[in-house]
Amino acid sequence: MSEVILKADSLYRDYITSGGLFKPADVVHALKDISFDVKKGETLAVVGESGCGKSTLARILTLIDAQTSGALQIQGEDINIKTHKPTADLRKHVQIVFQNPYGSLNPRQKVGDVLEEPLVINTKMGAAERRELAMAMLEKVGLEPVHYGRYPHMFSGGQRQRIAIARALMLRPKILVLDEPVSALDLSVQAQILNLLADIQDEFDLSYIFISHDLSVVKYIADRVMVMYFGEIVEQNTREEIFNNPQHEYTKTLLAATPKASVDSIKQRLGVS
Amino acid sequence: MNVLEIQNLTVTFDTANGPFKAVDGVNFSVDQNDILAIVGESGSGKSVSMLAVMGLLPKTATITADKIEFEGKDISNLSERERRELIGKDISMIFQEPIASLNPCFTVGFQINEMLKAHTDLNSNARKERSAELFELVGIPDPTKRLKSFPHQLSGGQCQRVMIAMAISCNPTLLIADEPTTALDVTIQKQILDLLLDIQTQNNMALIMITHDMGVVAETAHRVVVQYQGRQMEEAGVLDLFENPQNPYTKALLSALPERADGDRLPTVADFASSFEQTETAS
Repeated sequence: MSEVILKADSLYRDYITSGGLFKPADVVHALKDISFDVKKGETLAVVGESGCGKSTLARILTLIDAQTSGALQIQGEDINIKTHKPTADLRKHVQIVFQNPYGSLNPRQKVGDVLEEPLVINTKMGAAERRELAMAMLEKVGLEPVHYGRYPHMFSGGQRQRIAIARALMLRPKILVLDEPVSALDLSVQAQILNLLADIQDEFDLSYIFISHDLSVVKYIADRVMVMYFGEIVEQNTREEIFNNPQHEYTKTLLAATPKASVDSIKQRLGVS
Repeated sequence: MNVLEIQNLTVTFDTANGPFKAVDGVNFSVDQNDILAIVGESGSGKSVSMLAVMGLLPKTATITADKIEFEGKDISNLSERERRELIGKDISMIFQEPIASLNPCFTVGFQINEMLKAHTDLNSNARKERSAELFELVGIPDPTKRLKSFPHQLSGGQCQRVMIAMAISCNPTLLIADEPTTALDVTIQKQILDLLLDIQTQNNMALIMITHDMGVVAETAHRVVVQYQGRQMEEAGVLDLFENPQNPYTKALLSALPERADGDRLPTVADFASSFEQTETAS
């Protein structure tokens, strides 16, 4: 738990909108002074409302987008994809699972191909070896070998999210960025996926960066929580501190706005003792 | 008298693989001032049963029921014309995707005006006044200016407020809200739920909330209907349901809530499946 695997130091990301004929270019500060670190085997939850920069952060951490300024270190290595194109080896460290399992899988690609594609691109493995690894991974995420030749539309939302998780794990990453992985799923399926995530975290010794707006899920899964508001980190602390002793006004608002499904809160609302 | 009473509602779709029962024998009723929540996962038939009541289902659907009564009148066999008069005026509905349910080609003022034109005798000026008044009521700042906005110029939360303004424009007796806050942030969700509850008490409206979020149920409902695969599993008062669920499926659903987890693993509905599959066949 002690080794720091990912470290962000004062990350900034600005988006510049091209101005029109009579309009000057505008600068949007999507991320401002973001500093945090993630330790090995730990789950860091990133919480905030839409537009607060959660997904921009995910794009930078997964080496899709470059930061405007600031330093990003993954396993002690300084990374800036603007100056150094990321190598295949680097890409293996961080993988991502997206929110919508209906949109993140290619409908014309069989599950087997979905899982093998990262290996084709990033490794020199032979076909037989790739197939073997894909089959093993299917089993790990709770699917069956017969699913190898099927297309995504033949699966339910929960199963698709399992496929997306399997794809992210194919390169044996150290860090998994989970961008709202359960918010498109039903409650009962959500529980299955959260259990799966807990299992594979233990098995592969993964660090999770868990982006979510659902505080009840965060409370269940996170070790530490980082609250973002308008591109800035307003509060960062252990789960216990955030939920029991929130410091920032925005964190308090978020906690108060989250619907509570406890018997006590219903009693309070109905005025029954 | 019940505002809406449904007995033994069944909806069957004709599909290429033969008939498919989406709703199977659902009963419930809502009273004035009542807030009824219908919960269930996707595919449980919660939206379909409400669409059947509204008469909004496609022709491939066959609706049968012992009773579908609105304010004591049978509404299962209304003509198109009668239905149009009823829907939007006495029964209105809010949908999940606020931005998608508004027409992107017209200003929100135009769209709310359309509603008033169809259902009230107000003249043009009075309609304009009423629109501004409704916007004020649902908490949209600077109403007269906002009436001239197009849906894409408003945020998701504001679009949902516009939808609510449209839905309550003719003082309906029954408002059906189909996942009204699912697409919104928690802070906005809270505001919209508070707004719905305020309007509900002020207008003595009956409100049906369709949702899959147990938190929303706990914070709003008086009574709850739980549906699973088209069948009604349980109907209970909200406190009873959370404190002492009777049906195995409800128990499973509640224990899958992350905030109720007490161990390392969340129990999933599948863990309980054997118990309620059995009761299903028994019943």
